[in-house]
Amino acid sequence: MTRRPDPLRIDVGGLARRSVASLYAHLVTRPTGRAVRLAIESQLAEAGEPTISLVDFSQVTILDFSCADEVVARLLRRYLEVDRPRDAFFVFRGIQEWHEEPIQVVLERQSLAAVAQVGSGDLVLLGSVSPAEERAWRLVEEAGSLAAGDSPPSGEEPGFRDILEALVRRRLVFPDPAGDLHALSRLAALQ
Amino acid sequence: MNVIPLPASLDHRSLDGLLDAAARIDGGRVLLDGRHVRWIDPNGMVGLLSAGRHLLDATGERPRFQLPEQSDVPGYMARMGFFREAETILEMGASPPRRGGGASDVLLEITPISTNADVHEVVDRVQTSAGAILSRTLHYPLAAVVQFSVILSEVCQNILEHAEAPGWVAAQAYNWQKRLGRHVLVIAVADLGRGFRGSLAPEHSARFGDRWGDATALEAAFIHGLTRFPDSHRGQGIQQIRKQVRRWDGAISIRSGTARIADVPEWDDTPPLAEGLEAFPGSQISILLPERTEESGS
Repeated sequence: MTRRPDPLRIDVGGLARRSVASLYAHLVTRPTGRAVRLAIESQLAEAGEPTISLVDFSQVTILDFSCADEVVARLLRRYLEVDRPRDAFFVFRGIQEWHEEPIQVVLERQSLAAVAQVGSGDLVLLGSVSPAEERAWRLVEEAGSLAAGDSPPSGEEPGFRDILEALVRRRLVFPDPAGDLHALSRLAALQ
Repeated sequence: MNVIPLPASLDHRSLDGLLDAAARIDGGRVLLDGRHVRWIDPNGMVGLLSAGRHLLDATGERPRFQLPEQSDVPGYMARMGFFREAETILEMGASPPRRGGGASDVLLEITPISTNADVHEVVDRVQTSAGAILSRTLHYPLAAVVQFSVILSEVCQNILEHAEAPGWVAAQAYNWQKRLGRHVLVIAVADLGRGFRGSLAPEHSARFGDRWGDATALEAAFIHGLTRFPDSHRGQGIQQIRKQVRRWDGAISIRSGTARIADVPEWDDTPPLAEGLEAFPGSQISILLPERTEESGS
């Protein structure tokens, strides 16, 4: 039986108010970002494994670059490392137009990428992504999953499998033990 | 008695003269003669506090401040919270006016920044007033209040992370009818900390060898995004502030030590780099955001 990741919803706005101070409504300053990231990691530590975390920014109005670096980039980097604390995947939701730039900038600076649901409801990749990775990710996203034995779609370049492997390494799709790939948004029940 | 006469207009253009004069004092009582000041903006007020604090440290005595004779100027300084902050720094030549209790038109009063909580406080405080000024007066899009708050947050964090000393921030919008024909929002931030050269020296000075100095350190941070942190992922604050200020066709300049560096839009005539200033501690940041016009397209 395929082991599907357990979904975990994380309300960043609520977490900020609980873990930092009830008076602060905005995600600004590096120590605030660090506190929120640690609170997310602590929630993850209590969840099942693997986990798909739906990190929700809907209740966040202001997100500065320092906080974006801590709450998004450093969080992703930590769970990409070989000695990551646990097996976790991330989808960021509630990303408004004014959140996109800080997130995009911090991800690009660290050559990272993330799956995000933006204000329109569309799912996008933010950060540093090649056009080929974008196309392959979109294919999985629209299909919901791609079986290991499926042949590459017509028109895709010869290195298509390598590109899919890169998406797995970057944790932008979920590989099950059979080698099938699943769209993170489906597993997080966003679609 | 050393006398530093303050100019009629104490703003981003005349600030260096005040800081240079204060840096030249090495002892004895000082009089900051403000009698002829007819105009003062956040850069002038925050600069005056910085000069006063530096003189207090250098001479061991609070410099005496002679209030502007034009009565509306001290009144305005009171509304900006200047006298509250100056209480422990300057000795007043006369009783300063009290701040009125009515509704204030001030965007952001002079606010000390010494902890992260202060940065949160500043961001919270500007939410209501900044929205109205940015959209109605400067004709920026509604979302600009978020970007403006991010600028304030990053610029205040610059004090905490790099200066390792307290500082101040203030902001206000003005009608620069004669000078520019439109409204301008002025943000001033200053600290008396280590300055950019001091902050970056342990990590980067060896690489620059003999060329290392205030101007090189400013260029390294301002243009290349270097920071004192070995972590190469840091240092986006100033870069992102510059990007946003450019989008709004604004001007940003930073003085630190003996140099000042600036991003200069077409409407401003500040030199992009000034060297050979007197060595004044810390850093002083000025940001000017002009009203959006159809012509400027910004």
